[in-house]
Amino acid sequence: MVSSTTATPALETRGLTVRFGGHVAVNDVSCRFTPGTLTAIVGPNGAGKTTYFNLISGQLRATSGQVVVAGEDITRLSASARTRRGLGRAFQLTNLFPQLTALENVRLAVQSRADAGWSMLRVWNARRDLIDKAESVLERVRLADKRHVAPKALSHGDQRKLEVALLIAMEPKVFMFDEPTAGMSVDEVPTVLELIHDIKERRDATVLLVEHKMDVVRSLSDRIIVLHNGTLVADGEPAAVIASPVVQEAYLGMEAARG
Amino acid sequence: MSTSPALALPFDETRRRGGFWNAILSSDRPRSKVLSAILLAILLLLAATPFLFSGSQPLSTAAKICVFVVLVASYDLLLGYSGIVSFAHTMFFGIGGYGIAIALERLGPTWGSAAVGLAAALGLSAVLAVAIGLLSLRVRAIFFSMITLAVASAAAVLASQLSDVTGGEDGLSFQLPPALRPAFRLLSEPLFGTPVNGRLIAYYLVFSVSLVVFLVLLRIVNSPFGRVLQAIRENEFRAEALGYRVVAYRTAASVISALAATVAGALMALWLRYNGPDTTLSFSIMIDILLMVVIGGMGTMYGAVVGAALFVLAQSYLQVLMAAGSAALAGLPILPNLIHPDRWLLWLGALFVISVYAFPGGIVGRLRQAGQ
Ligand SMILES: Nc1ncnc2c1ncn2[C@@H]1O[C@H](COP(=O)(O)OP(=O)(O)OP(=O)(O)O)[C@@H](O)[C@H]1O
Ligand SMILES: [Mg+2]
Repeated sequence: MVSSTTATPALETRGLTVRFGGHVAVNDVSCRFTPGTLTAIVGPNGAGKTTYFNLISGQLRATSGQVVVAGEDITRLSASARTRRGLGRAFQLTNLFPQLTALENVRLAVQSRADAGWSMLRVWNARRDLIDKAESVLERVRLADKRHVAPKALSHGDQRKLEVALLIAMEPKVFMFDEPTAGMSVDEVPTVLELIHDIKERRDATVLLVEHKMDVVRSLSDRIIVLHNGTLVADGEPAAVIASPVVQEAYLGMEAARG
Repeated sequence: MSTSPALALPFDETRRRGGFWNAILSSDRPRSKVLSAILLAILLLLAATPFLFSGSQPLSTAAKICVFVVLVASYDLLLGYSGIVSFAHTMFFGIGGYGIAIALERLGPTWGSAAVGLAAALGLSAVLAVAIGLLSLRVRAIFFSMITLAVASAAAVLASQLSDVTGGEDGLSFQLPPALRPAFRLLSEPLFGTPVNGRLIAYYLVFSVSLVVFLVLLRIVNSPFGRVLQAIRENEFRAEALGYRVVAYRTAASVISALAATVAGALMALWLRYNGPDTTLSFSIMIDILLMVVIGGMGTMYGAVVGAALFVLAQSYLQVLMAAGSAALAGLPILPNLIHPDRWLLWLGALFVISVYAFPGGIVGRLRQAGQ
């Protein structure tokens, strides 16, 4: 259920816009996201979904508009500062530390969350708590047996799971998943969907999910917003949005064309 | 693949804790029997040089190895661990040397002057490293390298121009505190046949400070902070997205590296009782440092030990060895000419090219690979 709209949203964008030359990739998008809600963001390829995420998490600077987290305007903050304020992001194109082990990848996320990065005179493995936590996260994504494998030697599906593991390890307030199951084999998908489901069940987490698979969107989302050519064209209850003509035409038509 | 630092090999150190060696070596064991043996041999030889060899050249070579271990290890913190290419490392080395030289020359040969000189040098190095870092570490890597090159060149010009203070091209000779002078006797009787004089004390000062600074650097690269540096080297964008302030971490790495190089410069000047452009500031030392890092193995602190020891030994003795070889082969065609002492640099170059081809991860990388 969409929770009370009067409470301060965990995340809000106000007139968020970015231009690349003459091309407006995200166009005046205003939207609020509240805790306990999973919002699916759908739209055809090139609609601006990933770009919208980049503007929120700080990988890109907005041409105009604002990003507000828990009431604070963070539009001018760096990506790392936004992360420290509780924004967490899993990337569409897997983006890991290719030569460090899977465990070290996750441990670095845990270490950042624990704010332990500036400790210089202790040996890293003296923080057993950080290692334990990283291992438990790896177990949750079913990668425990690959803890000493570097991402460059992992299968695509395992890399995607590790990407999700890094996000979970950060324990953010706002989770942003960008097509987390893309390119995964069918038997790997449920693991990731279960994880997202669990996160959503915790009423304090705000989840944004970019996803092309409509069955996934249907089963997980409390709300759907539709981006088309960078513009927000529909926003509401899943059933209503899916039934709306704009989605039938702009999105599902394309889905059908894809086969 | 061939450029991947030797440290990057996945390994399980998470369960190995406790114990004397893990504490001293920050859980970063050599992980190769041969490497352990080589490191132990270098350590013992350096520790016992005054009692094993007579004459001043072996002792000077050993002192130079100690200083260069620190200098190369601190450079590897930047290049190998953080992926930062700086050409200003000899500038910090020089600042340390001039700090000691100017203070001892101007303020008199006391420990107090040495402390003032070192403190001033450390302060200046830290300020310069922060300034260079904040100005340029946020932009492209190549731009940072160019800036360090420019600043280092400017510093070299400045040092030779300010001849009233720095002694210009001639450098500065100065007196050491009495306890470090050759005439000073700590014990009236020789120990194992070696006089316990100020020179010996100076050597052990250089040796022990180098050892401590090296172990501190080893600790830093194996700390949570060191792990962040490696993460930034691997994927800067992702490290930033994980909440690490990349520019701040890189700047901190530059400062630590600069401070260690400054200490190395101070030790060099103390040992030589002299500091000048050729001993600490010259660009050819920068090239030597790069060679030592690469030969030893980038991204491994132990590579600095092996690289520095090998390189300084070659620098000091290759000519002698070649002269002997050349003399032995006298009468044969071409050969004596080929290993004529004047060709030593050519042979060093050849050794370098061969070692880079044969051991892309440096000597340490190769030994660790063989050990697995
Ligand atoms: N840095 C950039 N510079 C120029 N154009 C960009 C940049 N980033 C994105 N774009 C353009 O913005 C548009 C939106 O791209 P975006 O990646 O956000 O789409 P998407 O909705 O995530 O698509 P997909 O479903 O394929 O992932 C595309 O036309 C893309 O080419
Ligand atoms: Mg996308």
